[in-house]
Amino acid sequence: MSTFYFIAFLSIFFSILVISAKNPVHSILYLILTFFTFTIHYILMNAQFLAIVNFIVYMGAILVLFLYTLMLINLNKESEPVKPFMIKIAAVFGGGILAVALVSSLKSLGASDPVVLKNPELGLVKNLGKILFNEFLLPFEVSSVLLLSAMVGAVLLATRDPKETKATI
Amino acid sequence: MDSLTNTIQEVPLNHSILLSAIIFSIGVMGVLLRRNAIVIFMSVELMLNSVNLLLTAFSVYRGDAAGQVFVFFIMALAAAEVAVGLAIIVMIYRNTNSVDINVLNRLKW
Repeated sequence: MSTFYFIAFLSIFFSILVISAKNPVHSILYLILTFFTFTIHYILMNAQFLAIVNFIVYMGAILVLFLYTLMLINLNKESEPVKPFMIKIAAVFGGGILAVALVSSLKSLGASDPVVLKNPELGLVKNLGKILFNEFLLPFEVSSVLLLSAMVGAVLLATRDPKETKATI
Repeated sequence: MDSLTNTIQEVPLNHSILLSAIIFSIGVMGVLLRRNAIVIFMSVELMLNSVNLLLTAFSVYRGDAAGQVFVFFIMALAAAEVAVGLAIIVMIYRNTNSVDINVLNRLKW
């Protein structure tokens, strides 16, 4: 039980560091740590498939992509742009208001039952695969179209216009 | 593995919701606070992940595996979103030579 609270504390701590770190590279490194604590949360809930996918896709693919983009656009020559102090206060206040609203609406629920793992097989690959390829077969196939269109869109956006480059040369 | 997963047994569902709400709010705060487009993007990822965590908690609570399948789809969507979004950021950087989102304030007209 205390493991959950310790990992939850680490998640909140690192996610605060993500938004408060001055250097964007440090932000990405703290985000990796945050996602690692999320992976531990998945393992605690015995969602083994999601733990592995979170580890590989988020920490392995998405954050490496972020890091490469940050290296591609070098921010070394000038430091991070900063907002005026009043706007920072307003931003923290607005986020805090949202947190208070969510927490106070949660309070009205009263005490809740503990999360009990009724079926230990729930998050395993075998069980999820059966559901994914029976009930959710169509969304699964449609998501391949989504990934393809995202790939084409990314390539289209990231390449320069050939006519434009010819004109500049 | 059994002893590890037994630790979750006594945690009330409210505390999982609380954790996700706090991390979501931190993500919102990050979007409002920062001007670097990449850090804003990372805050959006933080919000997506907090929702993933909550969906998994509800899925375990209800004993319904559909929630975890939704999380899988959200992860596929996040991968696509990151690819397109970072391409847009790189293009903005090429055109304006900065990733400061205030450069783009003419978009509101």
